[in-house]
Amino acid sequence: MSTLLSENLTFECETGNYHTFCPISCVAWLYQKIEDSFFLVVGTKTCGYFLQNALGVMIFAEPRYAMAELEEGDISAQLNDYKELKRLCLQIKQDRNPSVIIWIGTCTTEIIKMDLEGMAPRLEAEIGIPIVVARANGLDYAFTQGEDTVLAAMAHRCPTYESKSSTSKILKTAHPPLVLFGSLPSTVATQLTMELKRQGITVSGWLPSQRYTDLPDLGDGVYVCGVNPFLSRTATTLMRRRKCKLIGAPFPIGPDGTRAWIEKICGVFQLQPVGLEEREGIIWKGLEDYLELVRGKSVFFMGDNLLEVSLARFLIRCGMIVYEIGIPYMDKRFQAGEISLLEKTCRDMNVPMPRIVEKPDNYNQIQRIRELQPDLAITGMAHANPLEARGISTKWSVEFTFAQIHGFTNSRDILELVTRPLRRNQSLQGLGWTKLVKTI
Amino acid sequence: MKLAYWMYAGPAHIGTLRVASSFKNVHAIMHAPLGDDYFNVMRSMLERERDFTPVTASIVDRHVLARGSQEKVVENITRKDKEERPDLIVLTPTCTSSILQEDLQNFVNRASMESVSDVILADVNHYRVNELQAADRTLEQVVRFYIEKAKKQNKLDTSKTEKPSANIIGIFTLGFHNQHDSRELKRLLKDLGIQVNEVIPEGGLVTNLKNLPKAWFNVIPYREVGLMTANFLEKEFNMPYVDITPMGIVDTAAFIREISEILKQSCNDIENKVIDIDQQSVLNTGKKDISAFNFENYIDQQTRFVSQAAWFSRSIDCQNLTGKKTVVFGDATHAASMTKILAREMGIRVSCAGTYCKHDADWFREQVQGFCDEVLITDDHTQVGDMIARIEPAAIFGTQMERHIGKRLDIPCGVISAPVHIQNFPLGYRPFLGYEGTNQIADLVYNSFTLGMEDHLLEIFGGHDTKEVITKSLSTDSGLTWAPDGLAELNKIPGFVRGKIKRNTEKFARENNVSEITVEIMYAAKEAAGA
Repeated sequence: MSTLLSENLTFECETGNYHTFCPISCVAWLYQKIEDSFFLVVGTKTCGYFLQNALGVMIFAEPRYAMAELEEGDISAQLNDYKELKRLCLQIKQDRNPSVIIWIGTCTTEIIKMDLEGMAPRLEAEIGIPIVVARANGLDYAFTQGEDTVLAAMAHRCPTYESKSSTSKILKTAHPPLVLFGSLPSTVATQLTMELKRQGITVSGWLPSQRYTDLPDLGDGVYVCGVNPFLSRTATTLMRRRKCKLIGAPFPIGPDGTRAWIEKICGVFQLQPVGLEEREGIIWKGLEDYLELVRGKSVFFMGDNLLEVSLARFLIRCGMIVYEIGIPYMDKRFQAGEISLLEKTCRDMNVPMPRIVEKPDNYNQIQRIRELQPDLAITGMAHANPLEARGISTKWSVEFTFAQIHGFTNSRDILELVTRPLRRNQSLQGLGWTKLVKTI
Repeated sequence: MKLAYWMYAGPAHIGTLRVASSFKNVHAIMHAPLGDDYFNVMRSMLERERDFTPVTASIVDRHVLARGSQEKVVENITRKDKEERPDLIVLTPTCTSSILQEDLQNFVNRASMESVSDVILADVNHYRVNELQAADRTLEQVVRFYIEKAKKQNKLDTSKTEKPSANIIGIFTLGFHNQHDSRELKRLLKDLGIQVNEVIPEGGLVTNLKNLPKAWFNVIPYREVGLMTANFLEKEFNMPYVDITPMGIVDTAAFIREISEILKQSCNDIENKVIDIDQQSVLNTGKKDISAFNFENYIDQQTRFVSQAAWFSRSIDCQNLTGKKTVVFGDATHAASMTKILAREMGIRVSCAGTYCKHDADWFREQVQGFCDEVLITDDHTQVGDMIARIEPAAIFGTQMERHIGKRLDIPCGVISAPVHIQNFPLGYRPFLGYEGTNQIADLVYNSFTLGMEDHLLEIFGGHDTKEVITKSLSTDSGLTWAPDGLAELNKIPGFVRGKIKRNTEKFARENNVSEITVEIMYAAKEAAGA
């Protein structure tokens, strides 16, 4: 497998000087997903300022997250961490009464070696609320990997599945229980659950569930499958610590990905997929007006949220040419299914294999973008306006994280995002002001 | 530890980066973990900046934690030196590097030997100062560095410009309406016959900083940033400065009178000096100037006829605002000026004036004394919210935070100070300073209150028409039923698109002769919608 890969796709690694969101941003979508949770980010003003600016107006809707802002006394250990955290958690308990408090460790808690994992069980016993610790810091992780650390920590809290016990929350099904992991808006989760139901597969639970108190049972004999490419730690934890069996599949992004994902799951349960090919065909037909816009156009992924490989694979199937797939971190094992589907797609569509650049260097990438002049650069907000001013169309990569992009039903939403700059360009065509910087 | 949801002033390094990236051809390198380069997003999005923000990070990761930065910082500096050839590279510490306690100064010393650019380490402590204090400090540091450098090279020319001139200090990126204020100040100085020598940091070159002493005096429009620099220049070159913020009619006049005093004084100095060297011609120009430095006529004309604000405050419209209660909150400069304008120039009652600039509390109290009922000094937004809820003012003048508090309490709010959102970076001309600024402020104040007559009529007629809107659907009974699962799913969809999705689904169901709408039908409808 690996020799085959190196012959085809090229993997490179640059300096890691790239722009991405800090992984603590995962609280933004996770606190909305897990309705009875409270996220406490233990960090400094820098973290707080980031959350406040990145999450914009969400901050004003009485959010179930807050900063435990470290002050000089905390750093120099003049104050007792345990007592301080206890005081804040009791206040949270009084004001919000959550079912779980999730502590997000940051760079600062790493550097001063604050023992969050050690303090949590003691405090948990004392105040009577579960405390989950996730180290989602910028020293180790990028953007969406924050969710990965939270889910990995949460996997330890799931009840244990026992195949013989009748009290198990997991429904008795014709096949072994299947738990899906990855946080999706509940409508999207319903859609994917329904897709599997059509194939006679019952989803026994989701990690995370809508409420902390409804976490799924895990254990020997439970099959798990990921829905997002950035969940490698969670996958490892589920396999090694909870003894679950991992179904390695491409991710259900785009109709091609969704079909491959369902087929893989069916295959594991030895079921013959029914009507998938037709269904995929119908979805593709529905996309035709957008496909006309994107065919033959080129894309450059600068890389910041780990969805890049799946999105590139889908866009190649749509008829686009991908020059470069920048990605913060590439887990070749967890993404193996996705990588081989990408290769197959390139061969099917008869386009050159893109280069995959791990830990990219934004400065070098911008030089390459200047040379290649792609029709579309998928990039972070720091570079979008400057690139637009230089006549390169861009799409903010963050939108792919917040938009609904999974399953057959939402394929159109991905293309809606990808084609937006192209459609905008069409409507502004002929005005003659595409390059808006002074050339010196 | 402090439980915090929101903060008024950002962390220290933001201030440093704002100053550094305001100068032309200056590059800042942050010693920070991945994701801390969030400043680039703010600048690119809020200011809609066309150019790449000249800020990069020297990433602190696990390896740096284990072994120290070693060559990394030095390499990053020399690399940037080669790539962009900036005049100056500012190494910027963050909260992370504050705790690591690496010898960043040593990296700077080594890097400056290898690079063509000048290199300095921003002297700010994350745990001691906030964004504004750090910006003030960094600006002074950069100015001092280039003055010292010029001195060493004997290139410092302290002779004054022939005609009166001024430096404008403290205009910078992501500042509240700073670009517009800068334009208005330049216009005002031009009207007074004063040349603008340098504007720093916005758009200035660090290589021109050695020219700062050529100006006759300095203008510090904002309290928060620039005073340290002005003090340094005063001490070093005996340069006077004006620190009155020309916001509102009265203070703009005070600002101009202060300038007049300074100019007269400088002329006398020059005169005395000139007599020593006996240069009759210069003496003559000097003498002529003194009478030209009487700006009373200009002030009078502008106040009564160019600015509309003085007339507005006499007009019937403004009469309706008399005695209405307001709350003012913001940075020290804007909150103090706004309080004075409301109370002194419009006859509005300021029930509470406050600022989050805790480090400047004494100055603020002194400024607003006599213009408001109470003063609130805090950086805790919940305290501000509680105060507003207690007072129940007719309008609030505050930051974006107060705007949201106002929304919740159904009280209108005019935004007068940072922190701000993208809508506070308007494309149109909206200064807060100078005579045009007074017009803008009058509009802002007037539009924030419910319009006077409207208010009056609503009171007489008992409020708006209260007939409730009973149905949001225009169609009659559709003959469709929603299955419980379909209805449950529909209710999960965010309110603002729910109606549209309901209509589309029902249309799809009708077209396909389906009478009961289930979840499956809902999503089939969505999938079909695109085709």
